[in-house]
Parts: sequence; C-alpha cells; structure tokens
Amino acid sequence: MSDEPLLRVSGVSKFYGSRIGCQDVSFELWPGEVLAIVGESGSGKTTLLNCISTRLMPTAGTVSYRMRDGQFRDLYRMGEAERRFLMRTDWGFVHQNPADGLRMSVSAGANVGERLMAVGERHYGNIRETAADWLGRVEITEDRIDDQPRSFSGGMRQRLQIARNLVTGPRLVFMDEPTGGLDVSVQARLLDLLRGLVNDLGLAVVVVTHDLAVARLLSHRMMVMKDGKVVETGLTDRVLDDPRAPYTQLLVSSILQV
Amino acid sequence: MTLETEIEDGLASYNFAYLDEQTKRMIRRAILKGIAIPGYQVPFASREMPMPYGWGTGGVQVTASIIGPDDTLKVIDQGADDTTNAVSIRAFFAKVADVETTTRTGEATIIQTRHRIPEEKLTEGQILVYQVPIPEPLRFLEPRETETRKMHALAEYGLMHVKLYEDIARNGHIATTYAYPVKVEGRYVMDPSPTPKFDNPKMHMSDALQLFGAGREKRIYAVPPHTNVVSLDFEDYPFEIQTFEEPCALCGAHGVYLDEVILDDRGGRMFVCSDTDFCEERRAEGHRGHLSGEAMEAAE
Ligand SMILES: [Zn+2]
Repeated sequence: MSDEPLLRVSGVSKFYGSRIGCQDVSFELWPGEVLAIVGESGSGKTTLLNCISTRLMPTAGTVSYRMRDGQFRDLYRMGEAERRFLMRTDWGFVHQNPADGLRMSVSAGANVGERLMAVGERHYGNIRETAADWLGRVEITEDRIDDQPRSFSGGMRQRLQIARNLVTGPRLVFMDEPTGGLDVSVQARLLDLLRGLVNDLGLAVVVVTHDLAVARLLSHRMMVMKDGKVVETGLTDRVLDDPRAPYTQLLVSSILQV
Repeated sequence: MTLETEIEDGLASYNFAYLDEQTKRMIRRAILKGIAIPGYQVPFASREMPMPYGWGTGGVQVTASIIGPDDTLKVIDQGADDTTNAVSIRAFFAKVADVETTTRTGEATIIQTRHRIPEEKLTEGQILVYQVPIPEPLRFLEPRETETRKMHALAEYGLMHVKLYEDIARNGHIATTYAYPVKVEGRYVMDPSPTPKFDNPKMHMSDALQLFGAGREKRIYAVPPHTNVVSLDFEDYPFEIQTFEEPCALCGAHGVYLDEVILDDRGGRMFVCSDTDFCEERRAEGHRGHLSGEAMEAAE
C-alpha cells in the first residue's frame, strides 16, 4: 500500500429539499483497499456511492482523487471531458443490474473492447485478443466472444460487466450490490471470482451492499450507515465480531435481516 | 426582372426559391455555422416543404437558401438525373427560382444529390448539397440524443469503432458499405449520408463546398473546400472502397461506381455507370463498352 490515499471524501452531504440523502460523510480510501458501505435500503449508502463516483452532485463537501501523476484533484472541479475520461480508464463501476453497465445488443467481445477503443486502440486483432483474455479471466469461454449478453445467464452477464470494467486496468472500482440479483450458489462463485481479481490486481474498491456476508468476504474495512449518517466504521472483522453502535449490534445479530 | 417590375406585376408576395427571406436567412446562418465548424450538426428550424419527408426536404431547404438567379442547378438521385425525385426537384426550382437546370456536372454551380457524388471531379465554386435521412452516425448504438450530443461535444468516439468491430466479428471484414462514418478535420465524426463508401475519398480535400441537409431531423452540417475527411477503420482492417471487376458495359469506364442492370429474365445482366451524365458524356466522346452496341439496339 502507498503512503497516500487514493480517494479523499470530506464532509459530503446530499439533501433532496429538506430530506437527507446522506450527511457529513468523510473517509479516505487507500490503494488496494476494499471498503464496504452497508445499511438497509434508505440508509443513504447508494446516494453516497453516487456522490463519490461523480454520478450525483453532492450538496456540500469535497471528493478528491489522486491521479496517476500523483496529484490530488477535486472531482467536481474537473472538466466534464476529463472526468468522463477518468471514469472509463482509471475507474470502474459495476452496477447491480448488468443491463445498466453493458451494451446488450453488441457482442461480448465488443463490450470488453469498447473501453480500449475509447482510449484510441485501433488494432482489431489486439482488441480481440485482449477481450478473449479478459473473458477467460472472468470464466467465460472464448467461444462466446461473438455472442450478445442477451443470451447470457445473470451470473455470466455480471462477470462480463466486470471484465468490461477491468480491461483498462483501473485503480478504483465502485460496486453497487454486485451480487444483488443472483441466486445464492451463483453469488458465492461470483464473490470468489471478485475476491481473486481484487487481490491479484490490487484494486481499491468501494462496494455498497445490504448483505453482511458480501462485506465479510470482500472488504477490509466497513462503514455502517443509517438515516444518511455513518453510525460505525472500522476493520470489517472487528465491526462484525464486536459491533459497538447499538444499530450495528442489531444488524449483526440478524434481528434486522435486511 | 427588376424589383419595380415585380411589384408592378403584383408579385410582391412572391418568394424567390419558395422560402421567405427570413427563413432563408435563418438557414444561411445555420450553414455558415456548419462551415465554421466542419462536420458539426447544427440544429435548424426545418420548414414544411411542398413534398414529403424522405424526398429530400433538408437538401431542398439548403438549396433554396443558397440559390440565386444566376445559378445552374443539377439534381441527381443515386447518380441519375432522370428519376422521379430528381426530375421533380429540378422542376420545382426551375419554377420557384426560375434558374437554369442542367444534367451536366461540369455546368452546374449547385448539385443537389441523394446517395452519390458525381464521378467528374468537382471544382472550386461548385456546391454539392446532400439530402440526408439520418444525420447522427452514433444513433445505431446510442439512441439517446442527449448522450450522442455529449459524445460529439467531448469527442468521445469509441462507440463508432465498436460498430466497425462488430462488423468484422460478424462478417470477417468491415461490411458497412453505405453511410460509412468519417472524421472531419480531425474532430467531428460525421455521417456522409447514404452514399456508397466508394465516394468517401471524393469528400477529402474537395475543391467544392459540401452542404448536408436533414429535414425531418432538423440538422445542417458542412464540409468546406479543402477539408480533411478520413474514413474510420482499424490498422489491421484498413478502409477500402468497392472495386468492380469489369468496366462499364456502355462506356468502358474503369474505377467508377457501377450499378447492376438486369437485361432479361434469363439471368442476363450488365454493369453500368451509376452516374448517368458521366456515362453519356463518355459515350459522346466516343468511348464504348463491350455491350454498348447491343444495349443501343435493345433500346431502339
Ligand atoms: Zn459508363
């Protein structure tokens, strides 16, 4: 791990009129670190994810990111072109519903290759070879490379979405309930795969989940949210084995099965 | 005709070239903006024309806004001057603007076209007006207009190559043969309208001004003379134009775009110039193809 964080979130709030989306959230994310944001639906975890991934303008606070040149940049003071470039090169975003993150009417190979073409790769053979390699890494056989994701199972679609995000070698990936819509057995396999990729690639990840098992398996650190505020934060094993906030205790003791 | 005689003739309400002056000024402003930003789609308030959409109402409005009494107009449809569409647009301007019309490329000052660029090299001072059905090259993969406008604004054109990638993955080569996307002056990706890709190289560094009008979609764009126009491709699948094995059966021309013509119901066919004026002028100069004799007899 580097001696400087990758992402600095400071005093981020989002209000919808008088209603609180999330309030005064601050944290730092380090290279290679996986942070889980957990909470029930309506806890503000998705609002927070959207605010830090530049998908939703916060009402207050700053989010800054350490660019590849080592300089911290305020994401909301960046030009849109630069921000969008960052999002499709150095970042990834894995949606709960793969259809939101894939082009359903183009082939698996083109889905993976799109980011390469977007950054100027102009050799078809190289693009295809890289796409085939990434399909293999997410356990999709090469003979599916020309098939559209429409013909894929839910688990395969999700793995394809992951490959599409990772092909440019991002340093930071946001995930919104990545195993959300899947059967339990498929979930377990996907989590194994994700954990392997995150370790191998040294990815920093912010994963939003309502599922404590996902947080346990994937994350180093977790943040528990309720009513838009962070009620507890700490190393994942500590929070789950020795929860301190009364709400976390309820959550962990499964009285609240969210 | 002087202004005085016009008024005397009781023609005060008559609009030269059909559109009123205010509308023409609005369209000219859009054209000028298009020329200033080559390849950029300029929105304009498209007017109703006395012909249905799909009949080139965008091109007609552009032509109506730039044509003057001294112009000579040529109109082609798929390369031919004699289709219903071409004939009626030519007749329309002969009536509402009282201009000379011609079928000869070299004599025309304005050429309105659907689906072809003439074979004869266009020269300085000529204007080629394209009728465009769908101006947005990104529409195929991104139906949201807000998103495609942003992609143009930020020059995010990866999606265009996704389309070409899919072509190669499916067909083993870039199978797009019409409306083949180009990048204009290194900046905007543009749909050249449904011309065959054979014509794409003619757009590059043309001496003529090229204007594009999409009536239903309310967009005008332009390629000024001497502008860089590059067809998109991959390093290992470079852009190539169509080639034809035989020369034109009537005039013997090589290296031109040919149409297939069915001669009889026994599978007889020939390939002839799609540019009818080009073919006729060559024959008038004495050039002959291998079927010119028979075809002439059959026609008589
Ligand atoms: Zn010919």
